[in-house]
Amino acid sequence: MTMNEQHHTISYKSLTGTWVALVALTALTVAATRLDLGGYKVLTALTIACIKAGLVIAIFMHMKYEGRLLRWLLFLALVTLAIFIGLTFFDVLYR
Amino acid sequence: MTSNVQRSDATRGGFWSDSGKTGLTSWIFSTDHKRIGLLYLFSTFSFFLVAVVLGLLLRIELMAPGRTIMGPQTYNAIFTVHGVMMIFLFIIPGFPGAFGNLVMPIQIGARDVFFPRLNLLSWWLYIIGAAIILTSLFTGGGPPDTGWTFYVPFSARTGTNVSLAVFGVFVVGFSSILTGLNFVTTIHRLRCEGMTWGRLPLFVWSLYATAWVQILATPILAITLVLVMAERLLGTGLFEPAQGGDPLMYQHLFWIYSHPAVYIMILPAMGVISDIIPVFSRKPIFGYKMIAFSSLAIAAFGSLVWGHHMFTSGMSDTAILVFSFLTFVVAIPSAIKVFNWISTLYKGSISLDAPMLFALSFILLFSIGGLSGLILGAAATDVHVHDTHFVVGHFHYVIFGGSGFAFFASMHYWLPKFFGRRYAEKPAVIAWVLMFTGFNVMYFTMQVLGMEGMPRRYYDYLPEFANLNLVATIGSWILVTGLVIMLVNLFRGLLWGEPFEGNPWGGATLEWSTATPPPTENFAEDPVVTHGPYDFTQQD
Repeated sequence: MTMNEQHHTISYKSLTGTWVALVALTALTVAATRLDLGGYKVLTALTIACIKAGLVIAIFMHMKYEGRLLRWLLFLALVTLAIFIGLTFFDVLYR
Repeated sequence: MTSNVQRSDATRGGFWSDSGKTGLTSWIFSTDHKRIGLLYLFSTFSFFLVAVVLGLLLRIELMAPGRTIMGPQTYNAIFTVHGVMMIFLFIIPGFPGAFGNLVMPIQIGARDVFFPRLNLLSWWLYIIGAAIILTSLFTGGGPPDTGWTFYVPFSARTGTNVSLAVFGVFVVGFSSILTGLNFVTTIHRLRCEGMTWGRLPLFVWSLYATAWVQILATPILAITLVLVMAERLLGTGLFEPAQGGDPLMYQHLFWIYSHPAVYIMILPAMGVISDIIPVFSRKPIFGYKMIAFSSLAIAAFGSLVWGHHMFTSGMSDTAILVFSFLTFVVAIPSAIKVFNWISTLYKGSISLDAPMLFALSFILLFSIGGLSGLILGAAATDVHVHDTHFVVGHFHYVIFGGSGFAFFASMHYWLPKFFGRRYAEKPAVIAWVLMFTGFNVMYFTMQVLGMEGMPRRYYDYLPEFANLNLVATIGSWILVTGLVIMLVNLFRGLLWGEPFEGNPWGGATLEWSTATPPPTENFAEDPVVTHGPYDFTQQD
């Protein structure tokens, strides 16, 4: 495994851009609650939340610049979690 | 007695004496995987024995209708503590902790695990967690009475000491995660020269699959138990319908861990059986790759079937359909293993020594347990037998008849290697006959009782169940008699028995190529592997 020791300086521009995107997505979450999506409203909220978490992990937490092994390990853990949540929704959504 | 033990320690050689350190601290602060393995063995097995006594008390209470030796509250507390100890303090940490630690690093030709100090920390976390659980029995409102599943809303409302008990389980969970992390890293990084993935003993493959389940599933239990504590101490209302919570959410969260946890219990057991059967059949294992692959498949699919514990809970029909389907899928890799073990026996030169007897009975008992599991996995039949003694029988067939018997098989197979002395064969066989008989008399009767409608977790029952309950209780006495004979024989044999040297079973895995008992760093010089783990042609 090659450790990525380099420090990446991320420009203020992309940091601010990410922040704006996060705020916009939060606004979208709030807006989405006003639509009548039935059982899918949780799914919508979770999808937006996932995108936001992805942005934070990739840019604020520098995962975008890490080695492949670390990215795969994180991906594996997140996929596992997504499957657990997904299967639970077969119950919650159709109850 | 102490002087006897110490004298035999010194004469035993290998890791018992070559570090030059003696006394209690040379054990409880040791980073040697073999010493940690033995610490795990003695601590987990002590809890096993306590829990056996509790189980025996439960059977005595059920011997006759009405109150026999205890009232309902005591009965509820005892079956809870029996379950918590057996599951969280014995069988989950027992296999990876004891035999995983003792054998796995030697089997892959390593000097120790990758993180020896983390290994010691994980034993300490286990001991601390166990101490907290024990404390919870005698403080606060007394021992928890919720069953080992801690179902809400009852666990959130009962006055017994649930908060402290789940905190203990929380701490033990960290021990499990650390062991998993350690084993995955060790198996990836410390295999000796020539030990390719295709030459790993199947016990190592099964521990590898187990370790991933420990890492990925245990944190979910930890979070769930924290939520139960929050529910009790802060009144968060997550699971409380009156506050807008959802009690079913607890069951989802709990079983997301606790179903994969039964694979933490059974997978290493399957690995042991895959190691023992070829040795005592003098034949290479049939279908090595499929057994290794099926361990991974069980770990993966076994993590997706938790909903089959909840068919009668009011869960949606769609979910029942999905989980029932997935449950049937997981039976496929389990059956692959059973067929491969049987095929290994076919035309083998079978010797029926004690480890093999336990291994063979594993196949039968696990198959009965597994097939009764399909009755529970099919949504329609589950409704009939849910929460009856059928479930209790099924579970004990898989976990006691499966993992438990495999644990006894490993004790007979591997412990002489580490003690340098062996048990007497005849009492071991007698003990096996008694245990196998008592086991079936007890648990098969329970399955019949369940089919007839006797519910679980009640201290009393209708008069028509009286005869079969008496039979089951008598079975428990036969079983325990065998267990006592087995333990006395093992204890005497390992301390004072005949010397055990060389490779009497004729195993081809690496642990049989080093000295008995192994030295502290396992091998005089780092081994180089040139053949597979079940290639007996090298010896014959």
